[in-house]
Amino acid sequence: MRAGKWLHPAGPVCQIKPVGDQALLAIFGNRIDESVNEAVIALEQQVRAAGIAGVLETVPSYGSLLICYDPIRTDYETLTPYIRRLADRLQTGQQKQGRLVEIPVCYGGIYGEDLPFVASHAGISEQEVIALHSGRNYRIFMLGFLPGFPYLGGLDARLAAPRLKSPRSRIPAGSVGIGGEQTGIYPMDSPGGWQLIGRTPLSLYRPDSGDAEGGIPYEAGDWIRFVPISQEEFQSIKEKQEGR
Amino acid sequence: MVIESAGALTTVQDLGRRGYANRGIQENGACDKFSSRIANKLAGNREDAAVLEMTLKGDCIRFTSEAVIALAGADMQPTINGRRIPMYHPVAVESGAVLNAGTAVFGLRTYLAVRGGIHVPVVLGSRSTGLKCRMGGYEGRALRCGDVLEIGNEADSGMTGTDGSGGINGSGRAAAGDCGSEGCVKALLPSCGVRLAGGKQYPQLRVVPGPQQEAFTEKGLLTFTGEIYHLTAQCDRMGCKLEGPVIETFHGSDIISDGIVEGSIQVSSDGQPIVMLADHQTTGGYAKIGTLIRADVPRMAQMRPGDAVSFCFVTAGEAVLAARAMERQFDL
Repeated sequence: MRAGKWLHPAGPVCQIKPVGDQALLAIFGNRIDESVNEAVIALEQQVRAAGIAGVLETVPSYGSLLICYDPIRTDYETLTPYIRRLADRLQTGQQKQGRLVEIPVCYGGIYGEDLPFVASHAGISEQEVIALHSGRNYRIFMLGFLPGFPYLGGLDARLAAPRLKSPRSRIPAGSVGIGGEQTGIYPMDSPGGWQLIGRTPLSLYRPDSGDAEGGIPYEAGDWIRFVPISQEEFQSIKEKQEGR
Repeated sequence: MVIESAGALTTVQDLGRRGYANRGIQENGACDKFSSRIANKLAGNREDAAVLEMTLKGDCIRFTSEAVIALAGADMQPTINGRRIPMYHPVAVESGAVLNAGTAVFGLRTYLAVRGGIHVPVVLGSRSTGLKCRMGGYEGRALRCGDVLEIGNEADSGMTGTDGSGGINGSGRAAAGDCGSEGCVKALLPSCGVRLAGGKQYPQLRVVPGPQQEAFTEKGLLTFTGEIYHLTAQCDRMGCKLEGPVIETFHGSDIISDGIVEGSIQVSSDGQPIVMLADHQTTGGYAKIGTLIRADVPRMAQMRPGDAVSFCFVTAGEAVLAARAMERQFDL
């Protein structure tokens, strides 16, 4: 047992369970923990690189990796030992480093109408909220809920704010919000109950762009950093993007 | 093709959008892929050609050119220019003719395949409509009166003539354990097992336990497999919310979100099961008691609010055998 060398802190512990006859779930832990998620992302990279016959796609989440397969071409019994070998051999330094993706955000005003509430709830100024929110890198644990919606870890505890009592029926695409102890971006118009503190002019989901990733510029395992911009910069980035 | 009057919910669908779930992009595609594939086979198309999925009440469609069509799934008693046409049979349509797809007498979803396929742009590898994300299909939405659809060129190259269909093993299909006793119309829907309880017959769908089986008490698991559940009004392309005896958990049904597949059976905080269909979210935060096997998803997709259903557990190995047995019906 080469303790400490394994990527996963508890050693190569990966529980594999069937998900019907079309997928299996490789579980590293049932908690929100960066090292657990690192193992998930590392396994996803290994599975994708291995190009296993019959594997259709992979869906990483906080603590597990869903591996979908075609039951006509392969099955649970065939895949499980293979996935277990990959999972058992995950070691530190093996996985691709996540990228840092900068997201420009115009905070407050018409783009973040709940910024005053979040500031008063935290007992600090709006400028301090912006500094705290933009002054760090957030890990993307997973994408879900909406196309390109990132589940981010690492919000400063002072910025935690309750969700709205009655959700808004339409939150505009690009809105950056805080819900409980989480922060995130709405890549498309959607109903939602988070406190809105700003908006990015970037289009984070463009299914018609012809881009293989649907225009989503990040994936699980990457990092996001919010960069404060002015209203003028917001307009100019927006126009540049629309005039492409 | 011109939509002269729109059905209750008609969308363009193919076999779905795979490979994007890790970005939060839904699978979409036909809810009952068994029937959509049959419709395509009968029309002389590739199985993955885009079709129209009509729900409960179908559309009136005027054909602006000659076409060969086939309908499969729920029997809507379709007519062309007022004359009944058969389900599960290729039909030649003259230019100017009007198809009235009708209303489902049993089942929920009917698939209209047109030789050549429905031509809409391919978005992220699929022609399927994603209603929630307003993407793909026809402008990312359900069809409306006045919409004009083009026919594509996805006919199977080996096919010629109205009756040149590659076919489906229809006899094998009708012979497989049909649900209940409502005769031949019922036999045309995807088959499934039957449970006898209290002198009545109920469809019995097969489920592989887990992946959060440990969230449920033994009593909860027995409730799920032993009792009868009914579909509520909250049923759509995303999933079917069921109603019945509460499924007991140890500590509630909230989990840290993980991946969802078509057929995943979540148990919500009120102890009621939700069976996910083609438009399922990619991840979810409710414990999953099991996963409906691939061979039984089409049957679930044909059930209506109010219908009764029961479940039994099978192993992943048994589920794969059932998936392959179903697949063999297409090998002709």
